[in-house]
Amino acid sequence: MKPRLATVWLGGCSGCHMSFLDMDERLIELASKVEVVFSPIADVKTFPADVDVTLVEGAVSTVEHEEMASLIRRRSRFVVSFGDCATTGNVTAMRNRFSPDEILHRAYVELADGDPTVPSEFTTIAKLLPKARPLHEFVRVDAFLHGCPPTADEIWLAVSSLVEGRIPELPNVYQRYG
Amino acid sequence: MTVEELHELADRERERQAGVRHRVLYCSAAGCVSCGSHATRDAFKAAFTRRGLTESEVVGTGCMGLCGQGPLVKIHDDGVLYERVDAGLAHRIVDEHLVEGRPVAEHQLDAASPFFASQVKIVLENCGRIDATRIEEYIAVGGYEALARAVAELKPQEVVEEVRKSGLRGRGGAGYPTGLKWDIARKAPAEQKYVICNADEGDPGAFMDRSVLEGDPHRVLEGMAIAGYAIGASQGYIYVRAEYPLAIERLKLAIRQAERHGVLGSRIFESGFHFRIDLRIGAGAFVCGEETALIRSIQGRRGRPQPRPPYPSERGLFGAPTVINNVETLANIAPILRHGSAWFAALGTPRSPGTKVFALAGKIRRTGLIEVPMGIPLRRIIFEIGGGTPEGTEFKAAQTGGPSGGCIPAEHLDLPVDYEALATVGSIMGSGGLIVMDSTSNMVDVARFFMEFSRDESCGKCAPCRVGTVHMHDLLRKIARGRATADDVALLEELCETVKETSLCGLGQSAPNPVLSTLRFFRAEYDALLGPVEVFTPSNPLARGRGPGGS
Amino acid sequence: MAILTLTIDDQPVSGTETETLLEVARQHGIEIPTLCHLDGLTDVGACRLCLVEIEGASRLQPACTTRLQEGMVVRTNTERLQRYRRTIVEMLASEGNHHCAVCVSNNHCELQDLAYTVGLQYVRVPYLYPAKTLDATHKDFVIDRDRCILCSRCVRVCHEVEGAHTWDIAGRGIGCEIISDLKQPWGQSTTCTSCGKCVLVCPTGALFEKGATVAEMEKRTEFLRYIVNARQRREWNPDLLHEE
Repeated sequence: MKPRLATVWLGGCSGCHMSFLDMDERLIELASKVEVVFSPIADVKTFPADVDVTLVEGAVSTVEHEEMASLIRRRSRFVVSFGDCATTGNVTAMRNRFSPDEILHRAYVELADGDPTVPSEFTTIAKLLPKARPLHEFVRVDAFLHGCPPTADEIWLAVSSLVEGRIPELPNVYQRYG
Repeated sequence: MTVEELHELADRERERQAGVRHRVLYCSAAGCVSCGSHATRDAFKAAFTRRGLTESEVVGTGCMGLCGQGPLVKIHDDGVLYERVDAGLAHRIVDEHLVEGRPVAEHQLDAASPFFASQVKIVLENCGRIDATRIEEYIAVGGYEALARAVAELKPQEVVEEVRKSGLRGRGGAGYPTGLKWDIARKAPAEQKYVICNADEGDPGAFMDRSVLEGDPHRVLEGMAIAGYAIGASQGYIYVRAEYPLAIERLKLAIRQAERHGVLGSRIFESGFHFRIDLRIGAGAFVCGEETALIRSIQGRRGRPQPRPPYPSERGLFGAPTVINNVETLANIAPILRHGSAWFAALGTPRSPGTKVFALAGKIRRTGLIEVPMGIPLRRIIFEIGGGTPEGTEFKAAQTGGPSGGCIPAEHLDLPVDYEALATVGSIMGSGGLIVMDSTSNMVDVARFFMEFSRDESCGKCAPCRVGTVHMHDLLRKIARGRATADDVALLEELCETVKETSLCGLGQSAPNPVLSTLRFFRAEYDALLGPVEVFTPSNPLARGRGPGGS
Repeated sequence: MAILTLTIDDQPVSGTETETLLEVARQHGIEIPTLCHLDGLTDVGACRLCLVEIEGASRLQPACTTRLQEGMVVRTNTERLQRYRRTIVEMLASEGNHHCAVCVSNNHCELQDLAYTVGLQYVRVPYLYPAKTLDATHKDFVIDRDRCILCSRCVRVCHEVEGAHTWDIAGRGIGCEIISDLKQPWGQSTTCTSCGKCVLVCPTGALFEKGATVAEMEKRTEFLRYIVNARQRREWNPDLLHEE
């Protein structure tokens, strides 16, 4: 049975996932090595049990993210902070100087083209946490991929190592912020 | 003034006091004033008038010690001490005790009780005994004689030697030998040198220095003048916090009186020694109790610590060699010169001679100000003098050293109170705050309280203290609220170590102490508040044998 | 002046008593991380990154303010020091709002470089996300306090080299912030000479030139050495120059 890989998209711009796709032809090799059991680029609705490696993009920004982080942790052997937003909060955390109400008002009222109404939390948008925070402030994280976004080479090195059960020892060149 | 004139003045005052019919001493320190001792004073005066007892006087003195039972009153005629003396009781005391000769038994304090009998008063010898607003009363009990003798009979080097031989150590908390400090400053070649009295007492619950300044300000001035003579300084500063208005008022008055009598100012005791003292009022920053920050504050700059060396005794105020001593340290100087270094060295323990003043507070029956010989077991302070914890509770810990100290548990109650012994259990002597905790106290919250204090008082200059105290406080709050895991405690411990080892000044270096000591002795209280760490939980642990980390 | 000999990291080195451990270490190719230190400014020993172990000393000492003593045995890079340095960098990272990806000084930032030097994988303490202010009222420059690490280089260069003392620090503890004049907008400062020295010595993107965008604000601190040297040698005095 092949190692089970998941990728999760929390509060981020999906740039890290784009970088993941930038692995290009190596994706084919990866597909032969692992089973992708959950990902924004795969049509799976619930996070499965017994995942070996989970890459988490983005900061924990909503109540939904917080619950997801906990679920991921309990169901994954290795949890990886995937990129700067998951590692430091980065761009997602730039909203932290404002309260959730201020942010929603700005987005849905002040900047609205028509119908300036903040959607109720029961309809379409998730309830924001007071602050967007890095993943490791909520659950234990086993490895960190730096960069905004991490490069395809870095992702390849890290995933190759993780699916073999090893915490990646990345060369210094991949240790960077921004 | 000459030495002869000093003795004449002392004789005159003693005669005057002997001629007073009834002398009633009431505590006019901040504690008793706040529970109404001014009304008590007025009632005594009214009662004297009512009974026609002219030639009697009511005298405000410094702290009498048993602050939890004020207002305190002492009848000087026969030494009877009364507690909780309100206006009504004042009239009764005059009628029954002074006129009819029957002391009011139900308010009388037993002078032979351990609270008084176990104490040894050197620093506080005049507190509760003399009127702090009259230099004559200080002189009448031997005040300024030590200065007179030093100036007239001793060389500066001999004064330093006497202090060195006494073994006196800094009472501000760190316990650096005072004689050594003076010697370095004395030997430093400089035209201008300074003496600073550190009266920026700031530990929560501590009021030793305030009590000395309010109750016996001249003793501190005398100690400073002797220090000035010993090191060759002509200028002294008292750095006192603005939150001590009564102490400031008394100091101002005392300096004026001392200058008028020629024991401060030019040609002291007709010698070539000049010494002036000025007050500098601190604006309430705890960090200004740190000597280098205090010096910068006197210079009119931001009160932020500087790396040491250079130490102030080499390069201090305005770059000049400076001796900076705590109030209590300076209050010990005159008695040392009066009675000799051997007398002082015989008190307390060999490595920590003398006495220490403590402010007893917290979950203890008798709160107040006490002075005990160094080396006395903690148990005696808390149970004999303090009367133990309130009814129905058990002793849990004693906190010394305020935000820089630690909590000492019951198993170390027989520890002798001296600098080294307290350090072995992760606490410090500190300036003399002693807070007792009983079985109702929550030790995590105690640690959090002190960390909050350190966080709020960090000056912000160095990164570990500025940021570390915030994180340590937040982690303690998280633990106290039951939202933390073992990971948080591990992080807290690491932060404690880094802040302790890398902070620039004593504030940061000692800020982790309350956490470290409660972790050491009361870890179970922390552990009880921790939740589980979320970890990978396979759906069927037995079936999993493949993949990373599995097989 | 007497030459003193000592040992730094098992290497015998020498210098004079007016020199600091940091100067001598660097002369001998021993790198000690620093942040508040800058050649040409008075040292304040505030960032605590250059702390070293000295045999016989009860505490760690900052290399930037510690003078040489004969026979000193100094260690600059022990496991313990590495651990402390990493923790201090974590604290610095957590107290500001350092969004490297969108910062003008991305890839030209001393804090970022330090994070790499100390091997900072992630910041274990929670980010504080403080609400700091930005002042763009000056015609040429901006101060973004989100990125300020309170090293006080700007304060010192303004006071010691430019002589204007426009900058100072207000507040205490975690509430400290760099202010211009008596906390007036920088653009309204009556003391600022717009010399830009503060911008050039700032180790992060906290002070930058208007118009700079992401990763464009490269700082150059070498100028300070030239100014200070010239001043010490009085190079602006034409008579003296003539004599030489």
